[in-house]
Amino acid sequence: MVIRGLKALALMLVSGAMFAPAQAQTVDVRMAYIQWVPDPGPILSNVIPEPEDAGLRGAELALADNQTTGKFLGQNYQLATALADSAESATQRFAEMQSQGVRLFVTNLPAATLLALTRLAEPDTLIFNAGAKDDSLRTEHCSANLLHTIPSYAMLTDALGQWLKQRQWEEVFLITGPTDADKHWASAFRRASKRFGLEIVQDRLWTFDADLRRTASKELPLFTQGADYDAVVVADVRGDFGEYVPFNTWLPRPVVGTQGMSPVAWHRVVESWGAAQLQNRFRELASREMNSEDYAAWAATRSIGTAVTALGKVDPKAIRDFLFSDGFQLAAFKGRKLTYRDWNGQLRQPIPLVHPRGLVARAPFESFLHPDTTLDTLGFDRPESACRING
Amino acid sequence: MKPFLKTTLMASLIGLSAPAFAGLAYVSNEKDNTLSVIDTETHEVVETIEVGKRPRGILLSKDYTRLYICASDDDTVQVLDLATRKIVDTLPSGEDPEQFALHPNNKHLYIANEDDAIVTVVDVTNKDVLAQIDVGIEPEGMAVSPNGKWAVNTSETTSMLHWINTETFKIEKNIVVGQRPRHVEFTNDSRIAWASAEIGGTVHIIDVDSLEQIHEMSFKVPGVNQDRVQPVGIELTSDGKYAFVALGPSNHVAVVDARTYEVLDYLLVGARVWQLDLDKDEKYLYTTNGVSGDVSVIDVEDLKVIKSIKVGRYPWGVVIDPSS
Repeated sequence: MVIRGLKALALMLVSGAMFAPAQAQTVDVRMAYIQWVPDPGPILSNVIPEPEDAGLRGAELALADNQTTGKFLGQNYQLATALADSAESATQRFAEMQSQGVRLFVTNLPAATLLALTRLAEPDTLIFNAGAKDDSLRTEHCSANLLHTIPSYAMLTDALGQWLKQRQWEEVFLITGPTDADKHWASAFRRASKRFGLEIVQDRLWTFDADLRRTASKELPLFTQGADYDAVVVADVRGDFGEYVPFNTWLPRPVVGTQGMSPVAWHRVVESWGAAQLQNRFRELASREMNSEDYAAWAATRSIGTAVTALGKVDPKAIRDFLFSDGFQLAAFKGRKLTYRDWNGQLRQPIPLVHPRGLVARAPFESFLHPDTTLDTLGFDRPESACRING
Repeated sequence: MKPFLKTTLMASLIGLSAPAFAGLAYVSNEKDNTLSVIDTETHEVVETIEVGKRPRGILLSKDYTRLYICASDDDTVQVLDLATRKIVDTLPSGEDPEQFALHPNNKHLYIANEDDAIVTVVDVTNKDVLAQIDVGIEPEGMAVSPNGKWAVNTSETTSMLHWINTETFKIEKNIVVGQRPRHVEFTNDSRIAWASAEIGGTVHIIDVDSLEQIHEMSFKVPGVNQDRVQPVGIELTSDGKYAFVALGPSNHVAVVDARTYEVLDYLLVGARVWQLDLDKDEKYLYTTNGVSGDVSVIDVEDLKVIKSIKVGRYPWGVVIDPSS
């Protein structure tokens, strides 16, 4: 198992738990993970399917990480999981678990379902959003019970906007898909282009419904005809047509956005700052690569673990207070300590910009300044958000 | 005149071919799978040695004849013979060895197995695995007190120092410190341990008799975002005067008064400074700078950076052979 090709004669396995110093008593930490991902409908580019347990596996890994720490401190973590098949059943499972006394929830749910949960939440319930990227959850529909570990669309597109600016590729051709999510992503990008001084020289909706696997090379060059541009930006959140844009543009230009080079919370190519170890642990647990939803669920579950380790108790109100205090910092393999924004509960974090087989760069970039933390150059800063969840 | 010149020339040629005459520093290059050998008088790389995959922690045997190398991606510890500069042996190490420490008995090697949450103890004389000790997630830093009583492991994701009794191989105390503890360094008298916490941005001073923290330090590098101040390697001068703390991506080394724990200065070195070592006279301090791929040389008396030496990609560890 652990040792290979050795003389195991004198081997003794010493369990840390057995010899950990006596603790006052065992603390039980009850957590729950709830997931419902609506069917995205038929997808043209379905060659590489997305994993169905995205998020869940990240929470499971963090549970194991918490447990290892907990065994030295007399803390026992539990994670109840619910993979729901509708918004109603997700909401119902939440209500059931809450009535059984669970107060710490990690979720991968659409924004509307999440808001339904916050309406049912007890005053001391804490919900981590590890799935919904909607900016409205960070700018207007905030809740004191709701924290976000998944980056918002604005954080992702600001990362991309900074990158385009510092490459001086300032004139872009924007293609937006037909779904609501595509439109949210695109309006976040439009905001980023204003913030960082980019110019959207073409702004087009994708309306074709032909099968691009046969005709991409014919259709896309025509679709991307236009005056000169430096890059093509694609807003295709579910991955329907976007995979067919690279190498099929009218002008020889790079493709960025939801396909091509993408801003993400996490990706298999991230390896610095100890990330290689997290990737290895995840691969061993899930037999696949860790993605952004896994990372967000991991960060949420680890936030709980980090708070419980520091506090030595599971009072959810104390955990919430600690998460917003100066004492909290999440070590999350991104090269900087991560903290929560006190106005809207969003986890600040660097954003990797990746292509399928490599890391291109990491936002924020040095030339974009901020009086408090350069991480707040990504997403809605305090003055831009109506939320004040901590008063 | 002429014959005399010829002799000196010959003598210097002989000198070049016999590396033992010069002081030598060994640097592990994590992404090049090599060691760079630096002449500490000329401050130049004199040789590059191919080793196993992803070499990180390196250390010298107590008699300075061998160099142990954690070849992390080969899941092994390699043994380099310093006289011939050849890999002469490998030791069982457990998976993904990152850092290790050798007991003063010159036999017991304590290895942190980062992927397995285990510390493996190997007898280097007969390769017996003496113990595997469960520790926290991502064990990283390893140190053995100079008096041989304690082995200390830092676990990065669990954020603890695990104190292992070297006679029983059992953990006797766990101390929670700042986030992502990386490195532990003992004073020569084994009474004080210094531990760095990378994400916490802190250095924790532990009294070894009581196993309690007696002080916690933090750092503020002028003009550098606080997020980038990430303590990693620590080196203490033997006279008890200074502690040097490598501050990672802040690209600075902190100079600390080791008696008052007051920061005296911040020295600008290469990018993402990682580990440190003093030469035998403690005249120069060498730092590995991972991102810029070089080694900075600090003059300890003047507290000035005097040179940077290009090495391989992502230099990780540095040790200087005091016998050379």
